[in-house]
Amino acid sequence: MRNALSDKITTIKPSGIRKFFDIVSEMDDAISLGVGEPDFDTPWHIRDEGIYSLEKGKTFYTSNAGLKELRQEICNYYGRKQGVIYDPLRETLVTVGGSEGIDLALRCMLNPGDEVIIPTPCYVSYEPCTIMADGVPVILPLKNENQFRLTPEELESAITEKTKILILAFPNNPTGAIMEKEDLEKIAAIIEKHDIYVISDEIYSELSYKSKHVSICSIPGMRERTIVINGFSKAYAMTGWRLGYVLGPELIVKQMIKLHQFAIMCAPTTSQYAAIEALKNGDDDVAEMTEAYNQRRRFLMNEFKEMNLPCFEPFGAFYVFPCIKEFGMTSEEFALKFLEEEKVAVVPGTAFGDCGEGFLRISYAYSIEDLKVAIGRLRKFVEKLRNEK
Amino acid sequence: MREKILKAIEKNSRIDLKELAVMLGEEEIDVVNEIAAMEAEGVICGYHTLIDWEKTSIEKVSALIEVRVTPQRGQGFDTIAERIYKYPEVNSVYLISGGYDLLVSLEGKSLKEVSNFVSDKLSTLDTVLSTATHFILKKYKDHGTVLAKKYVDERLKMTP
Repeated sequence: MRNALSDKITTIKPSGIRKFFDIVSEMDDAISLGVGEPDFDTPWHIRDEGIYSLEKGKTFYTSNAGLKELRQEICNYYGRKQGVIYDPLRETLVTVGGSEGIDLALRCMLNPGDEVIIPTPCYVSYEPCTIMADGVPVILPLKNENQFRLTPEELESAITEKTKILILAFPNNPTGAIMEKEDLEKIAAIIEKHDIYVISDEIYSELSYKSKHVSICSIPGMRERTIVINGFSKAYAMTGWRLGYVLGPELIVKQMIKLHQFAIMCAPTTSQYAAIEALKNGDDDVAEMTEAYNQRRRFLMNEFKEMNLPCFEPFGAFYVFPCIKEFGMTSEEFALKFLEEEKVAVVPGTAFGDCGEGFLRISYAYSIEDLKVAIGRLRKFVEKLRNEK
Repeated sequence: MREKILKAIEKNSRIDLKELAVMLGEEEIDVVNEIAAMEAEGVICGYHTLIDWEKTSIEKVSALIEVRVTPQRGQGFDTIAERIYKYPEVNSVYLISGGYDLLVSLEGKSLKEVSNFVSDKLSTLDTVLSTATHFILKKYKDHGTVLAKKYVDERLKMTP
């Protein structure tokens, strides 16, 4: 038989998290700190709207770009939070999670050979989606000493004649790093100078603990070269609803709507009705959940300090990214041994890029009680390793 | 800081104060002082334990009683409410808007004990016009805590 597969897909490595997932799933008694989604249920009033829409028989396709009312609410939200006004009819697209938006943007913007700068450690989909869209991923390792922020020098060094897109994902998964306004302004100048575009993945935008999240689209000159990716999963604890959105210049969004129409048709209707309620009346829920995450974050940072485990203070998302280089093991070895001996699962930093070597991603989307037990075991494990040395 | 402390100890009054201070990003001494101040001011009125008596072998019956009363000149509902809340078996007394005046919750050892209280003590008060007693059959959720079901984490154990 002929080879059934495309060359492109076969060159892509499976997600580094897969191996651990298989091991952890077999261990019933393991505590996992490896989850990348909120531990909260979707707030009841949001679920209720979804249920209500089903009861009323709202079970048909929506328009390709999404319900008009939802798109309007999304634009109101960005106007309210970032002071940037988007047109709900021409510059807004409702997608199946933020992930779809990333895929669509890359596929609509890249020509073969175009380079995409991907600062790492980062979420797992940017590189494979770039490859599938015929782009060339340019991996840019960020540094612990910069608190995993992207510096202008680093960006400048990665740009070539062929650079077309920079992927900017802050607050960041897996590091928890954020980029503040001053950081973005410096980056923006370079982006403009070299005439490149930005895909700004802001899925964790609400989970920012030092200052309110600033989107690069609000920096002068950036709106017309930025595709904003956001969604409902993290802020409203709505991962399973699979709902995200894209905001950007009409020129690009129009093509994305076209591709979305052929590939997806429209985002799930029930989820769209629930999302309208989330944007209209969900601010208090978001504030409450954010406060809970922030308390857990402070708790973990204090625990790391007490056990002398180096970790820069992350101000975003729900991850901490401690450094384990002192133990002379790879991240994967450490994570495996920790899992075997203490029955706690964490994700090796290398699952998010080679430069994650020497780090672990620990999620705090868990109750403080669970975190206490897990961190108690980490402390024991770390002390044991130090004594063995 | 007050609101955050109150929210935290409302859920868990046994929380370690050093830990609470870390979680709120405050100094422990400030948290301790703030709590002492709120105790002195009567903002914090007590520290109770939420018990699911169903899970013990101790028999308990609880009831909610709607009470309609005649308010007294110059004193409104306060005097009659006081007469009711002084009974030790009474857990709470609320003045309520709507179809009746006072909502009284109480606990007894048996149905009979509760009924006796209502017929002998409550109904016989001069100002009480009528009562309606509702026995609680099952507590699903109390003080924001779900009693009826255990939380199960249904998330995949590891996701990117």
